[in-house]
Amino acid sequence: MSTTTTTPAPPGAPAADEKSGRSRFNMNTLLVEGRALIALIIIIAIFAILSDNYLTAGNLTTITKQVAFNAIVALGMLLVILNGGIDLSVGSIVGFTAAVAGNLFRGVHIPGTDVTMFPSLWVIIVLSLAVGMLVGWVNGLLIARLNLAPFIVTLGMLYVARGLTEVLLNGQNITNELFGQPGLNNTGFFTVFASKPLGLPLAAWVMIILAIIFSIVLNRTPFGRWLYATGSNERAAQLSGVPVTSVKTWIYVLSGLCAAIVGILQMANISSATADLGTFYELNAIAAVVIGGAALSGGRGTVRGTIIGAFVIGFLANGLVIVGVSPFWQKVITGAVIILAVAVDQIQQIAQRRRSAARAVAAAKAAASQRETVGTSS
Amino acid sequence: MTEHVALLDEPDVAPHDGAVVLQAVDIAKTYGVTRALKGVNFEVRRGKVTVLFGENGAGKSTLMKILSGVEKPTAGQLILDGEPLNLESTNDAVARGISIIHQELNLASNLSVRDNIFIGREIRGRTGAIDYGKEREITQQVMERLEEDIDPSTLVQDLRVGQQQVVEIARALAADARILIMDEPTSALSATEVEVLFKVIRELTSHGVAIVYISHHLEEALEIADYAVVFRDGELVATEEAANVDLSWVVRQMVGREADYDFRDEPRDFGDVALSIQGVTVAEPDTGRVVVNNVSLDVRQGEIVCLYGLMGAGRTELMEALAGRDPISGGRVLLGDQDIADLDIQERIANGMGLVPEDRQRDGLVQMMSVGKNISLPSLLSTVKNLFIARKTERERVDRQISDVRVKTAGQDALITSLSGGNQQKVVIGKILLTDPKVMLLDEPTRGIDVGAKGEIFALLFREAKKGLAVLYVTSEVGEAITASHRLIVMSKGRLIREFDPRTATRDQIMAASGEHDTHYDEEARVEEGALQEAAVQEGAAQGGAEQQLGQEASEGASQ
Repeated sequence: MSTTTTTPAPPGAPAADEKSGRSRFNMNTLLVEGRALIALIIIIAIFAILSDNYLTAGNLTTITKQVAFNAIVALGMLLVILNGGIDLSVGSIVGFTAAVAGNLFRGVHIPGTDVTMFPSLWVIIVLSLAVGMLVGWVNGLLIARLNLAPFIVTLGMLYVARGLTEVLLNGQNITNELFGQPGLNNTGFFTVFASKPLGLPLAAWVMIILAIIFSIVLNRTPFGRWLYATGSNERAAQLSGVPVTSVKTWIYVLSGLCAAIVGILQMANISSATADLGTFYELNAIAAVVIGGAALSGGRGTVRGTIIGAFVIGFLANGLVIVGVSPFWQKVITGAVIILAVAVDQIQQIAQRRRSAARAVAAAKAAASQRETVGTSS
Repeated sequence: MTEHVALLDEPDVAPHDGAVVLQAVDIAKTYGVTRALKGVNFEVRRGKVTVLFGENGAGKSTLMKILSGVEKPTAGQLILDGEPLNLESTNDAVARGISIIHQELNLASNLSVRDNIFIGREIRGRTGAIDYGKEREITQQVMERLEEDIDPSTLVQDLRVGQQQVVEIARALAADARILIMDEPTSALSATEVEVLFKVIRELTSHGVAIVYISHHLEEALEIADYAVVFRDGELVATEEAANVDLSWVVRQMVGREADYDFRDEPRDFGDVALSIQGVTVAEPDTGRVVVNNVSLDVRQGEIVCLYGLMGAGRTELMEALAGRDPISGGRVLLGDQDIADLDIQERIANGMGLVPEDRQRDGLVQMMSVGKNISLPSLLSTVKNLFIARKTERERVDRQISDVRVKTAGQDALITSLSGGNQQKVVIGKILLTDPKVMLLDEPTRGIDVGAKGEIFALLFREAKKGLAVLYVTSEVGEAITASHRLIVMSKGRLIREFDPRTATRDQIMAASGEHDTHYDEEARVEEGALQEAAVQEGAAQGGAEQQLGQEASEGASQ
């Protein structure tokens, strides 16, 4: 009984070799994520039958662009939810970033002088993204350092950032200035951000690149491991030397960055910075993350699931429009799908827990009987 | 609703007859591989106080959980008044007249005394609304019976801890309890409050209520006992009328044989001082109450030092302050020759000091992660190459560690929750060992694990000590303290009381030193705590250390 790791598993116990342990683990994750994927396939199948216009190249491009906006915000939201938090301010950050960028195109008047500064295109982009991160950083500081509830802090920030957006725009949309003036070195915004490299909207490319980066960060870096650990058990993570405070702060910064990226892309998409840009994006993002199998209590969730979740919402919303369901009923159906997804998830979790509990009991019994036959020799 | 008042009337049968009201026959309880109870026969007598003695893990609490309907026995039968009894839930038990008062008070502090007494079983009038008048009346009657002048509409949060305890008792009485189980009822009480409680208990027994009483305070418990029952390793080893026994009998029965492991003859060649604790004082952040009082202690390389003390002695607070979770309010701690005051938890681990916490589930394990990811968590940064975790290196290190600390698992990808308690503890120890520590702190490292695994864990610690690791661990099991340490220090009420050589110390000496004689403490504590300004203004300080344990729980509750 002493070198027990090499002891063959007693009958009735879970298979003891590492390989089968891993494959079972993957089966479970596949089931959880497979659920969203199955839902996606069903949705596509139904609408493809109901409408000939659904699976056309043009419509797919439209859907992909909408999905990409939501998915990018959702990726940031995923980090926050993995930590057990929530970020309600992302929609407002989308609008705020666009308003900041728009104002930079319009030029910054230096107070007390006649000088108006016109930053170049890329300075505008970098500054705007930095503003989004700054808002996220304030969220993170309040939540991580002062231990305030994420829900309350980001709810407050939802109002603050939206209000600042309205202050910046002062009732006027910024449209013409976005084209820039050749002399001011700030032209080319639409050429870059409304482009379609290889036929795919830029937003989709950004989504793909970010998904790959986030996936690597979550699975291959200490930061990712720390994030999962703090989300599952913050106290244990802390005692294991995980810098929980800075992890917590950084995820809100990254969430703010994701929202800011969408702010720029969406501004290019609708050719204008408006006061209501990004409204309700936080809700769609949360829905995508949750449909993708993440637990709102933290510690569980994947990039793959989140992207699929965003596609489920996008394909569903678009299909309902194309088939001609009234906007009122669209909301009802979308909401029902979200609840259904979470309910199925919960039922699966319970079943899984029961299975693993049964396994543990079986293993314990087998180990006990084995110990009795071998005798206590350790 | 007259049945609520019935109890308060004069008893209908002779209350002192000591007839058996509740019987446990061959009760056994198994958790996984752990046999918490191995066929216990136990009797509760009307109008008598039956006191349960036993070390942690002896099976007392398990039996009480079964008697009060929290758990079902794996085997055996309960018999109430000669009839077989199968309890489905705690409500079921309460309906049959069996109530339990837990160590942690279960009161809604934002509600009134009356509301707490009738919570979950409110008296309803004809309209279905709560009959507050009736509830108030009964509450008043019960309080009169208990000779406690508490107005029914007082909020529980405005009561002293001792009074809150009385409310718990009142709740049981209002539910017509014939059998009242009290689990460590005095751990949060001051000496005067204990006296009041004992008066209440005598009052109850004179009215025919059977009391089952569990306490770590041996002398105190003997004072109130009619019958003494001793548990050891899941078995009931002795039952005796209290009149015939004394403290040393209880201790003898409790401890029984030696533990299965014995490391007393291990070589003792220690190196330099690895951890030096110098006059450390820890005050609770919320209340300012001093929980660790001017503690000084050196641990040398290769030495295993055991801190023996009961719950609430300040052991956990000391450990958590050393690990860096809570700040110390006085003194300093040297790791080697480095003052660690400015280091956070992560830096302390990096500098070679890690903690194996008391509560594995809450503080030790990340439940959603695999065995392997739990093991590599504290030492993750050492496997990082070019920003990324080198997965092959990580897996190899984890595999080596799993076999090194002998974790029984299906593999490193198995869920941590699939392991037994002992193996989970090996994971927690293993993950700290992977950080290559110089000093290892362990808080109750063998809590809730079986004897075999205990032996393995200490064998592991002594093996690492031989390589130079300094170990400081906390326990409330005397046998463990004696057989598995190089040096043994008794801690009580936040202070180090006495140091023993485990090769010569006796159990009696250690248990006596652990501070059951707390009557002199209040005065001293008040003087010393006065040195700390925040404590001086604290009203709680007047009640001395007796309240510290509850204070702990309260602050834990607040932080969650």
